[in-house]
Amino acid sequence: MNTATSAHSRGRLADFLYRNSGILTLALLLPPLLWIGIVYLGSLFALLLQSFYSLDEFSGLIVHEFTFSTYRRLFTPTNLTIILRTVVMAAAVTIVSAIVAFPIAYYAARYARGGWKALFYLAVMMPLWSSYLVKVYAWKLILAKEGIITWIADKLHLGWVLDGLLALPVIGGSSLSFSYIGTFLVFVYIWLPYMILPTQAALERVAKNFIEASADLGATPRQTFSTVIFPLALPGIIAGSIFTFSLTLGDYIIPQIVGNSRPFIGTTVYALQGTAGDIPLAAAFTVVPVIIMGIYLIVARRMGAFNAL
Amino acid sequence: MHSETPASLPLKMAAIGGLLFLHLPLALIFLYAFTTEEKSFQFPPPGLTLRWFSVVWFERPDIWGPLWLSVKVATLATLIALVLGTLAAAALSRAKFFGKDSISLLFILPIALPGIITGISLRSAFDIMSVPFSTWTIVLGHATFCIVVVYNNALARFRRLSGSMIEASMDLGANGPQTFRHVILPQIGSALLAGSMLAFALSFDEVIVTTFTAGQQTTLPIWMLNELIRPRQRPVTNVVALIVIAVTFLPILAAYYLTREGEHTGGTGK
Repeated sequence: MNTATSAHSRGRLADFLYRNSGILTLALLLPPLLWIGIVYLGSLFALLLQSFYSLDEFSGLIVHEFTFSTYRRLFTPTNLTIILRTVVMAAAVTIVSAIVAFPIAYYAARYARGGWKALFYLAVMMPLWSSYLVKVYAWKLILAKEGIITWIADKLHLGWVLDGLLALPVIGGSSLSFSYIGTFLVFVYIWLPYMILPTQAALERVAKNFIEASADLGATPRQTFSTVIFPLALPGIIAGSIFTFSLTLGDYIIPQIVGNSRPFIGTTVYALQGTAGDIPLAAAFTVVPVIIMGIYLIVARRMGAFNAL
Repeated sequence: MHSETPASLPLKMAAIGGLLFLHLPLALIFLYAFTTEEKSFQFPPPGLTLRWFSVVWFERPDIWGPLWLSVKVATLATLIALVLGTLAAAALSRAKFFGKDSISLLFILPIALPGIITGISLRSAFDIMSVPFSTWTIVLGHATFCIVVVYNNALARFRRLSGSMIEASMDLGANGPQTFRHVILPQIGSALLAGSMLAFALSFDEVIVTTFTAGQQTTLPIWMLNELIRPRQRPVTNVVALIVIAVTFLPILAAYYLTREGEHTGGTGK
């Protein structure tokens, strides 16, 4: 009897919730919203708060008082160079990713069918989801001085090309794994799938009759590409660039493992919070990529990239 | 957008070249797990051996602790993300209200912003509240960015779930839990499983946020990172990398087959 009543009242509760869908939505949404709100937004707020604290130079302790002095320490020429270096790297990685990704996305969207289509999709998804560190490690193997690239170059008698490349000022170095070229290659490799997927999604949405109409109206395939297909794919490319740009901006592991050990924003933040224990400056430093990404997202949104996500 | 004419040769070559660029590096990880050279990355390997697999199994107890911690963290984070991601998807799939877009952006934010921001934010918060590092501090971070993975997968399925089935179930006298168990769950189950597997794979090999929330603890990716920076017995790292590939590869493949009918939602945003 007792169970029957409780089952009945539960049924009534379900009916009530179903009819009052607003309350149901709220009840469903509350737990995840609280989690993100408290854990994530709360932490972001804590980060912002920390950036207005300062580090006592003598004791090495954090002074919990509101001050702008940490931000004054942020804008030194050295730090501005670090920020500039990171932004240039992120821009270069984004542009080259877009160029490498486009043919893959274009082929997959326009020509691959049936089993091939599934294969293409998996071939992009697998590297996207496979372990980040394993992928970085693979490039350590490839770029090592005694590694496969040097071996191939020697076999093809192209060792001089490699040496010439490494002798270039700024981007060269003692070996590929200790140069900007190496860091750059690894960044492109790791973030490439993030560029392919949205570009492909945008290309899939280009209606076939648009292309036919363009051809019927007398456009050459080249004209159709540059005036119909490419403009429609652009929001997808910009959506992809959000990921490639943002992820390069904040990465601190790749430059540590492959590169000439000049600091990027990520590696600087990591060193500041770790060995230096200067969490206020690390926090202030992190605000920089947040602001850059904020501007980037506003521009991307204007260009319709959010619909392509 | 399908074309009747075949692709031009340069396009084909660029596409295939791009795919090879994505896959060949992983093949090298495999090759180097068998090399006899342990001090450098000499190519081609001077000889091949199975020795490193037995070394991992018998001589390197330092691997097992991190492996176990990673499994534990990934399991807990996945469970939390499963519950929260499903709730969020259920709420946002049907309702229309002001601010809905901002809320869905909120769930995506932890993966759209660089991981270092999530990492240092959590570290600052733990610091301010004097929370000591533990398994749970790692889980807290992982669950936060895993929610979106479950959410993405569940959302696509919820949108296809027909409301009339739920109404029919309730008209026939089923209560809320019964309707959920017999009507809703069978329809969203495979999407939730796929989402959980991707979340597990994501958490299992996450390193960027983890270094900030782990303190002195070592998960498997942190162990790997230490080996990358200060290598000893390099092929052992390759064997562990193969284990990581296996542990993440299988769930991803399974997730793909679970969700392939219908739209692809696996991981447009990791």
